[in-house]
Amino acid sequence: MAFTNELALRCDGLHRYLGQDDARVHVLKGVSFEARRGEVYAIVGPSGCGKSTLLYLLGLLDRPDGGEIEINGQMMSTSDDIARTDARCEHIGFVFQFHFLMLEFSALDNVMMPMRKLGRLSQQEMVERAHYLLSSVGLGEKTHRLGTQLSGGEQQRVAVARALANQPSIILADEPTGNLDVKNSGLVFDLLTRLAKENGQAVVLVTHNPEIAARCDFTRPMRDGLFV
Amino acid sequence: MLMSLSCTVLGVGLFVLTQATTRGFEEFFIKTILGTDGAMRVEDKIQDTLRQMTAGGGSDFQISQRQGLKYIEGIEEPKLIINALKDFSNVSGAAPVLRGSVLVRADFKNESAQVFGIHLEDQLKVSDLGRQIVQGDIATFREQPAGALMGRVLADRLQLSTGSSFILEAQGQRLRYSVSAIYETGVADIDKMRVYVHMSEARSLLKKPSGVSFVQVNLFEKDRAPQNAMQIQEVLKHSAKPWQEREKSWLSTFRALRISSAITVSVFTLIAGLAMFNTLAMIVLEKTKDIAILRSMGYERRDITQIFLWQAGIVLTIGAILGCIVGALSTLGVSHMPLPISGIFKTETFVVSWNGWHYVEAITTAALMVMIASLIPARRAARLEPGDIVRGTAQ
Repeated sequence: MAFTNELALRCDGLHRYLGQDDARVHVLKGVSFEARRGEVYAIVGPSGCGKSTLLYLLGLLDRPDGGEIEINGQMMSTSDDIARTDARCEHIGFVFQFHFLMLEFSALDNVMMPMRKLGRLSQQEMVERAHYLLSSVGLGEKTHRLGTQLSGGEQQRVAVARALANQPSIILADEPTGNLDVKNSGLVFDLLTRLAKENGQAVVLVTHNPEIAARCDFTRPMRDGLFV
Repeated sequence: MLMSLSCTVLGVGLFVLTQATTRGFEEFFIKTILGTDGAMRVEDKIQDTLRQMTAGGGSDFQISQRQGLKYIEGIEEPKLIINALKDFSNVSGAAPVLRGSVLVRADFKNESAQVFGIHLEDQLKVSDLGRQIVQGDIATFREQPAGALMGRVLADRLQLSTGSSFILEAQGQRLRYSVSAIYETGVADIDKMRVYVHMSEARSLLKKPSGVSFVQVNLFEKDRAPQNAMQIQEVLKHSAKPWQEREKSWLSTFRALRISSAITVSVFTLIAGLAMFNTLAMIVLEKTKDIAILRSMGYERRDITQIFLWQAGIVLTIGAILGCIVGALSTLGVSHMPLPISGIFKTETFVVSWNGWHYVEAITTAALMVMIASLIPARRAARLEPGDIVRGTAQ
């Protein structure tokens, strides 16, 4: 792929505090990280070590208290909400642990939502792409089912298709298989990595699952707010 | 959401209904008094009184000071005044009236009353007298030189009906008349006091060979009466009283009623607004996860605000449409409710006003309330940080 090995994501010296007053905790203590296109990264570590916090900072869902974040060479750590939102729309796809589908909408609608916001495709093109992505994750026959009519594994596959909708350069996944059985875990992980590699996307996933971590290109263990 | 919708429907519907009923009575009252006494009366002559001081020694220097206005009762040259009135573009008709106090003597009893000498054809142009006949025929009055039109209350008191004769006594003379027809305006003070006779008869009875008491004027645009009255007074030097000034006390009463009902209705629309606020605030709480998803996909704060405002807009649109239908149907139902009223006007059923502006006002009020109420939760939803939501849900 033309994008292979291009630096998609970089952070340097990230600090993040959570809580207030006496409950204030220094969660990230100067974390630095890089992710390149076409590579799959696993961030592992015990609960509370700061994995998810780091992922939300990298995904521009949260603001760091110190340090820098670059997305495709653009400094985002100090940018305003609109620039961060635009960057999320264009460059980042998320997969959350609990699927986070809009359950009142069909699988097709869920996958089309990011495309609608980006506004690059016509309605017909969006429908076609959503069908293609849902077929890629094995749900070509269930495109019109509501979120509530899909199983947990199917919902997570829809979430993967949705994350890929705008062809982002970065896929961030927070425990994407954490809520699935072994069979579905493998299925979702394979899908995520295969499609990401095909499209030259950097995949950063947070996981507790050592088998999943072992299958990634890079594994970065964390402890007490730092990579070890 | 159903609660918000119900409150919006109720608010709009009640707004329309109360406006229709309060405005209905007011408009009916105005129609009655305009149909009875006209839009304006031109009466007493105005005479400017000036105090002057002239310098002595053959100088032209003098100081004039306006002292006030002096009124000379009645109109001496009604034809001149009527001709002049016809030059005013808004004047649709003018009729001279000679008025005087009389004693009505009937076989059964006597009653004090007021005789109104009229030229019938002129009077019909400035009043609804022809339509107010409840017994007999206006044509009979036209043909009978000694005929009279008597108010229904007065006729009942004197136990007179069409064809009955009675005597009018004034200025020491008694003349016999026949009841040509009985009219009913619905205004008790008029129906128990007025007897219309031909102008020539009134002149004989009241011993007034020339001049009239006032000229009753009708206008094309009734609401312009105050401005027209000022102009007429200035030009013709006769006092001119518009209907708004003449019926000031009743109009003030109706205005107070309208304000009172507007306050009541505002409470309903306020409740609709509060229901909308509560509903949307609850939705924001329930949908924080969805807000986080949308924000993570790149939806901006204003997109989130718009989603909630759209929801409110949909409720408002459906509520406004249903509310207008409910308002129109309930107005129709109320208009058929029996409610006999006489005194200031006469009606047998509830009087309502069908006016499109009531619906516009109701929708505007509901839109204001609902949009203000939905703006706060919508903005709150937009302010939510996606990271905070995801962290709260995920951990």
